[in-house]
Order: sequence, then C-alpha cells, then structure tokens
Amino acid sequence: MAKMHITTTINGEPTEFLCEPYETMLDVLRDNLGMTGSKEGCGSGDCGACSVTLDDRLVCSCLMLAAEAEGHEIRTIEGMSEGEALHPLQQKFLETAALQCGICTPGVLVAADALLKKNPNPSETEVRYWLAGNLCRCTGYDKIVRAVLETAADLRGAAE
Amino acid sequence: MTDIQYVAPSTLDEAVGAYAAAKGAARILAGGTDLLVQMRAGMVKPGLIVDIKKVAELSAIEKTPEGGFRIGAAVSGAVLEEHPTFGKVWPGVLEGLNLIGSTQVQGRASAGGNLCNGSPAADSIPGLVAAGAIATVQGPNGRRNIPVEQVPTGPGKTSLAPGEILVSFTLPPRPAHSSDAYLRMIPRTEMDIAVVGCAVSLTMDGDTCTAARVSLGAVAPTVLLVEDAAKALVLTKLDDASLDKAAAACSAACNPIDDKRGTIAYRTKVAGVLLKRTTAIAAERAKGG
Ligand SMILES: Cc1cc2nc3c(=O)[nH]c(=O)nc-3n(C[C@H](O)[C@H](O)[C@H](O)COP(=O)(O)OP(=O)(O)OC[C@H]3O[C@@H](n4cnc5c(N)ncnc54)[C@H](O)[C@@H]3O)c2cc1C
Ligand code: FES
Ligand code: FES
Repeated sequence: MAKMHITTTINGEPTEFLCEPYETMLDVLRDNLGMTGSKEGCGSGDCGACSVTLDDRLVCSCLMLAAEAEGHEIRTIEGMSEGEALHPLQQKFLETAALQCGICTPGVLVAADALLKKNPNPSETEVRYWLAGNLCRCTGYDKIVRAVLETAADLRGAAE
Repeated sequence: MTDIQYVAPSTLDEAVGAYAAAKGAARILAGGTDLLVQMRAGMVKPGLIVDIKKVAELSAIEKTPEGGFRIGAAVSGAVLEEHPTFGKVWPGVLEGLNLIGSTQVQGRASAGGNLCNGSPAADSIPGLVAAGAIATVQGPNGRRNIPVEQVPTGPGKTSLAPGEILVSFTLPPRPAHSSDAYLRMIPRTEMDIAVVGCAVSLTMDGDTCTAARVSLGAVAPTVLLVEDAAKALVLTKLDDASLDKAAAACSAACNPIDDKRGTIAYRTKVAGVLLKRTTAIAAERAKGG
C-alpha cells in the first residue's frame, strides 16, 4: 500500500509528510516529525495528553487520522513558546509547580491555552470542566486549575 | 492493518459510491471518536475509510423553509454549541450532544456518529428522539427519511442498509412556549457512560402541557420513545399525579441490562426519577420562552 502524501500547516509552518492511511496524527507527530511533546497516555481519547488544536479547535491527536490534516492547520505544544520565551501559561506552571512528572503537562497547556483564547475570564468551574479530559496522576489538579486562573488574571491585567 | 485506504470525497454521491462499492469492508469516518478507538482495539478492521467531513451538506447547520433546523450528520458538538440560535430553541438536544466526552471529544464527536455507533447509552439520541427529529439517509438507491428512533435496532446495530450514509437530522419548527431538556445519571459528573438518560420535549399553554415527547436512553437495547409517558403529561398541569403516572410509564418501558454501573432495579427506578426532574426543567424553560 502506497503511503499518503499530506500537505498541512503545523505551528504555522507549511509541512509535508508521508503516512499510512491508518496512522494517527499523534503517531506522525511523534514518530515521523520528531515532535514528541504530545504524549500518548491512552490512545483512546480518555487522558488528553495528546491534545493539539485542529483549525484552532481542541482535539485528541490520538483520535485523528494524520491524513485528516490535509489542508488544515495543526498546533502543538512545540508551537507554544516564542523561541526561548515561554508562554505565560508555561511560565506560571513552572513558577507555581503545577506539574510533577510532567507527562500530562503538554496536553494540559494546549487545552488551557485553547480555553483562554475562547474565554479569557473563566470561572474555576469552567476551568475544571474544560480540563476534565486531561488526566493527571500526580498533582491532584488543584495547582493546575489555580495556575490557569492566575494566568488568565495576569493576561487580563496586561490587556487593560 | 495493512491494506487500508482513506478517502475524503467532497460530494455525497462520491461518498455513497465509494462506501457502497466497498461492500461492507468500508467504514464511514465522522469525528472518529468511536471508530478510531475501535480500530485501535482491533474490533473493526476497515479496508476503506470514507471521511465524510468534506461533504458540505454533512457539515452544515441550516434553517429549513418551514422554520426548523437541519443539522448535518457530521457536525460536532463544539460547532453546534457555537451556533447563535440552535441552543436557544433546542437546549435539551444541545446538552445531550455536549455531554459526550471531554472538550477534546466534543471538538470532533457528531450526533450522526453517536447514532450510527448504535450504543443504547448514546447521549445525544434521546434529545433528538424527543425532538421528533427525522434522519435523512442516502444510499445507492436514493434518499429516504426516517424518524430517528427507527434508526437503532440493537446495540451496535442500525436499520441503515448496506451503502447508506446518514446525511442529516431535521428538527421541526417550534411553537411558542416549547422547550426541552436532557438529564443523565452517571457515577461521575464528566466522562462517563449514562446509566439512564432521559429527554423531554414540551409545549406549554400557561400551566397546561399541550404537547410532549419523552425518550429514554441506556435502559433497553435501543434508545426508546416512551409514548405512554408523553400521554400521561399532555393536557395536564404537570401535577404530582400526572408526573407519577408518567414516571411509572418510564419505569414500565425499561428493559435494561444488569451491570456494575447499575442494576436492573436501579435503572428502572431512576428512569422514573429522571422523568420528573427532566420534565421540570423542560417546563421551566418552555414557560420562559
Ligand atoms: C473519551 C470518550 C468519551 C466518550 N463519552 C461519551 C459519552 O459521554 N456519551 C456518549 O454517548 N458517547 C461517548 N463517547 C463515544 C463517542 O464520542 C460518541 O458516540 C460520538 O458521538 C461518536 O461520533 P463521531 O462523529 O466521533 O463518530 P465516528 O467515530 O466517526 O463514527 C461512529 C460510528 O458511526 C459510523 N458513522 C459515523 N457517521 C456516519 C454517517 N453519517 N453515516 C453512517 N455511518 C456513520 C462510523 O462508521 C462508526 O462506525 C465517548 C468517546 C470517547 C473517546
Ligand atoms: S493519548 Fe490521546 S487522549 Fe490519551
Ligand atoms: S504531572 Fe504527572 S500526570 Fe500530571
């Protein structure tokens, strides 16, 4: 079976890759493109460690075929910082120790960023529901939720 | 998984053609939140995957000339939620679809996939059944329209013929003072499978209920339309005696499984309890609107 040739945009860069029709976006990101920031925690949509955005919509890359990226725009954790300058969410997670082992962190950050773009002033309940599909075995979630709320407040303050 | 092909046709005719030609070896791909999980688990091994999201009709949300809504089968919950008016007219349909999975899953999961996957616990289906939604289906022999409740025929099974693709759901125009609601009972508050789901759609005239449809999920091999429950509500003021009667009709309609999430006795009882709670929410919304 011939591989498929896919033309897409990843983190703003025009990107081409070859994939098998059954390969997931997560497989291709990690194994073909060397972007190992997105993690595979479950491969079945439960853990959110593989979170990316597809045309700015938050999705699990393990539940998306790589072939579906054709003509669309993917954003991953690798596109979050501006070079060495961390994104405010990344900075806040470091400062407030909102991570331990870090396996869930890329997915949580991508998901939280998507939330703040849609809703710059979420309530704690809204943050918890939005992140319900991002499982963390270490932190107990509290520090994650607080880091997201604090970043949101900082960003609102900066925008004024 | 070696001999597998992926196509993403831009017209429905091409999609039906490719799907029908593969004679059962093909699978339709909408959001993939069931299909990819099943492929990974080795439960399905399609020879051809037909991605339907590039077909405009399957991704559209439109007003019908009669004043109802037509929702493409592949529209995701996240997209429907962003529609400016749909959720005001059909809050119950929307809340059913948006209970599916996490934010990530909602970004992809469609009502069409939820229906065609054939789970008795599919969260978006009771709302569509209560709404009186009509499913439009297209296959090699043309198009047909069937009530949504006639699509599922058992766990994982539908009445779609080989080669048929679900195209859209058509929801009827809404009289004034109509609304709906969906509630499910689950052990957690998110990311779980319904033990019982209940949708109620009502039209009110003052305090009197003038029209009702009731649907239950997860209590039988398919989602159920419970006509006896609706009859018990119509032309009443939704007083306790009428609600008791409707709740009893819901419990009587149950033919559930017994498993670790809920026993038969529990599911049967909860069906009645949810009927009362869901009716109260739908009535409140209908009086407001
Ligand atoms: C983490 C997680 C949580 C979940 N939680 C819930 C939940 O709470 N409640 C719930 O009900 N479900 C849940 N699901 C299941 C799933 O998300 C839903 O059933 C969803 O609606 C499926 O839609 P889809 O577009 O992703 O379907 P797909 O996976 O694309 O398709 C599902 C099936 O239907 C067929 N199909 C799809 N569209 C058509 C069509 N137009 N015509 C003919 N056949 C078609 C496919 O071939 C496939 O067999 C969950 C799944 C995951 C991964
Ligand atoms: S790896 Fe995708 S959700 Fe867990
Ligand atoms: S920090 Fe370890 S899983 Fe979240």
